[in-house]
Amino acid sequence: MRLATCVLLQAAAPVAHAAEGDWDIDTAVLYYGEGDGRVQAFEPGISASREMGDDERLSMRMVVDALTGSTPNGAHASTVVQTFTNPSGNGVYTVVPGELPLNDTFHDTRVALGLDWEKPIDRLSKIIWGASLSSEIDYQSLGVSATYLQDMNNRNTTLTAGIALGSDKVKPIGHVPDPLTPMRISGTQNRLGADDTKTITELMLGITQVISRRTLMQLNFTYGKSDGYLNDYNKVLSVVDSTGALLPTGWASAGDLPYLYEKRPDLRTRNALFFKTVHHLEEDVINFSYRYFWDDWGITSHTLDMKYRYEMNAGNYLQPHLRYYMQDAADFYKHDLVQGAGADVDLAGNVLVNFASSDYRLAEFDSITLGLKYGFPVGDTSEFSARAEIITQTTNDGNVRAGEETPDLTAVVLQANYSFKW
Amino acid sequence: MKRNMPVFLAILLMLGGCASMQAVQPWERDLLSKDSMQLVPDYFDNFYDEHIYFSKESSSGGQGVGGGGCGCN
Repeated sequence: MRLATCVLLQAAAPVAHAAEGDWDIDTAVLYYGEGDGRVQAFEPGISASREMGDDERLSMRMVVDALTGSTPNGAHASTVVQTFTNPSGNGVYTVVPGELPLNDTFHDTRVALGLDWEKPIDRLSKIIWGASLSSEIDYQSLGVSATYLQDMNNRNTTLTAGIALGSDKVKPIGHVPDPLTPMRISGTQNRLGADDTKTITELMLGITQVISRRTLMQLNFTYGKSDGYLNDYNKVLSVVDSTGALLPTGWASAGDLPYLYEKRPDLRTRNALFFKTVHHLEEDVINFSYRYFWDDWGITSHTLDMKYRYEMNAGNYLQPHLRYYMQDAADFYKHDLVQGAGADVDLAGNVLVNFASSDYRLAEFDSITLGLKYGFPVGDTSEFSARAEIITQTTNDGNVRAGEETPDLTAVVLQANYSFKW
Repeated sequence: MKRNMPVFLAILLMLGGCASMQAVQPWERDLLSKDSMQLVPDYFDNFYDEHIYFSKESSSGGQGVGGGGCGCN
């Protein structure tokens, strides 16, 4: 699946910034690479922030995201050669028996821009206005947000309330596939209009509390609603018979391949409860967070994240990182669709399910990340750091037929960072 | 999986109880003001991680709101 940039605005606790008039500049470059010829991404980014007077602060960021490689198209491996049509409808690609079908026809570059303006209301409160924009060949996104922060208890407590609105447009290559209709070997494809849209609404309530001279804690509740086109237009589901064999071409109508375009609900509401603590030991710092997520697609997940910053001499530091993630499958996640009496597809070719997707990211899986970061100061006001991480994802395939299991995903993350004042 | 309401309430009670704790005075905030003690100490580490996991997993959010979307899940 394409790995595109998602800009996330946060209400950050006050930090030590450059003097008024100076810019705080943060530059970074990321390489993300999956094994087995899958997705690779190269993402340079820059962020600049400056105090504008009257305690106002302006922040800007730009990230470019160049993607190559291939991504699973949703169909599973089979005992026979499989043929798929390109999203454009022009041309086909084939997959040998036993291999997971991958779609390598997307190579994309995405640009994302963001702007935040922090404005005090009075001595103890402020508001952060945010705007974001991103664009790639088949996707555009526009968003605005407002986050209100109120200090209390001699600035030991900060209450946060935020709202964000977004509007996205999807422009699939080859037009929007008609959900739960077959991909066709040639000729006119099953398509709807040229594009579709979705709107996103997000709300947040949070509390940040100074616990002691050495400890800070935060607890947030976020709610989000996405309404509109939520499908992945690149994803299909395999259609098999009751023995598990892939159906032949022409199984419903002449030219129909045994793959149906996926269909997700057009509404999703999601919730997250997020807890974080930062604790200063004698020299070192521990940063720990836990998130519990649940939505109305049947997905629940747990995320545990820990970083330990080990201070060395002269401002150098080493920071190991461990993240553990586990999620349930979506209610409509399916390994494939079975044709038969009373099954997912009847013998006349009618689809009997309302929603279905084989996107592995909606499946039940665990993920572990192990990482290490090294940083050191450069002069008085600059810092260089680099980190390397390995991410593994292991899908729980349950009773899937032998040879059709979802392969484990392994990815490497390499990042270098240079921040300075100007 | 059950929703962890008991955990949520326990944390809320704990934080609520903290309001009655002795406040940390401005002159005691030497450690808290360090860059390493910020809730998000490394902007791009967090940015890129949020991006990667948003694209590869079915969960998102928790730290804030907004920022826009992408052609992911």
